[in-house]
Amino acid sequence: MADAHAHAAAHDAPPELRHHFVDLPAQREASSLGMWLFLVTEVLFFGGMFTAYTVYRSTFRRAFEGASNLLDIRLGTVNTAVLLMSSLTMALAVWASSQGKKKLIILFLLATIGLGSVFLGIKFVEYKEKFERHEVPGPHFVVPHDEKTGEALPRQSEMFFTLYFCMTGLHAVHMVIGVGLLTWLIVKARKNEFSPRYYTPVDNVGLYWHFVDIIWIFLFPLLYLLGRHTL
Amino acid sequence: MSHNGSHAHAPKAYFVVFAALMFFTALTVWAAFQHLGVWNTPVALAIAVTKALLVALIFMHLKDSPKLTVLVVVSSILWLAFLIVITVSDYVTRAWLPIYPR
Repeated sequence: MADAHAHAAAHDAPPELRHHFVDLPAQREASSLGMWLFLVTEVLFFGGMFTAYTVYRSTFRRAFEGASNLLDIRLGTVNTAVLLMSSLTMALAVWASSQGKKKLIILFLLATIGLGSVFLGIKFVEYKEKFERHEVPGPHFVVPHDEKTGEALPRQSEMFFTLYFCMTGLHAVHMVIGVGLLTWLIVKARKNEFSPRYYTPVDNVGLYWHFVDIIWIFLFPLLYLLGRHTL
Repeated sequence: MSHNGSHAHAPKAYFVVFAALMFFTALTVWAAFQHLGVWNTPVALAIAVTKALLVALIFMHLKDSPKLTVLVVVSSILWLAFLIVITVSDYVTRAWLPIYPR
């Protein structure tokens, strides 16, 4: 009887269904859970840096506040808005794929890529300025001066910029990977591989993109805003 | 799972959440310039947690996800807390003993 059931299921099964799942909802739940588990490992990956940040910031408070004020708050705020908007278009792309609206899927994915690219472009401008001002940690680092008092900051401001480049750099790498994944989704969408019944890749890349957004939601106040009240 | 049903009316909720996220971004920038003493950092973190919750619950559909997924997310925050609390408890208490120069 079990054989007969399996036989019938194999014939009625939609092409998207892998044989080891009972039905499509079970397959969708399993792949979604797998994606969330991956994101848990990412939380701890970034978590190490957030821990290092917590320790050094509490140890070298003045250096961190002074160095933070040297970041461009306008570019940081604009970039936050750009990234939040890209999360909106990503959520809309997932919605469009659940409704089977092929043109809208591609449109929203393109918008997400566009906004992600704007974010990376602004980040490039910020990095370039840091290189020109010798605020990049390493042999060419020059201890910067306080924005308000003009006095030289403590030497440990270099540690702030080390963490700034590691954290925003790792975040930017995730963005570049995300743009690659979105491009892959557009190729698949153009080949009509998604339907309201099956759009798991869009769903999971969406989870990834929103996760990267959440990381930035924490990076922005921790890196750009921690010393503004001293100005 | 109410996956398809919840997506049907979704766009409106997404725009509302996006507006809220932009509001909180403006709020956190404004708050950073206020002299709140020791409260500057807690306020900034509280706003960031609120924004992250909005993204996770609505954009990432955590609100409509199975309980197992919610458990996975909560456990990730628990382990992150272990990482930070245990490390910081080491650094904070080092100064209590005179044998470690600072």
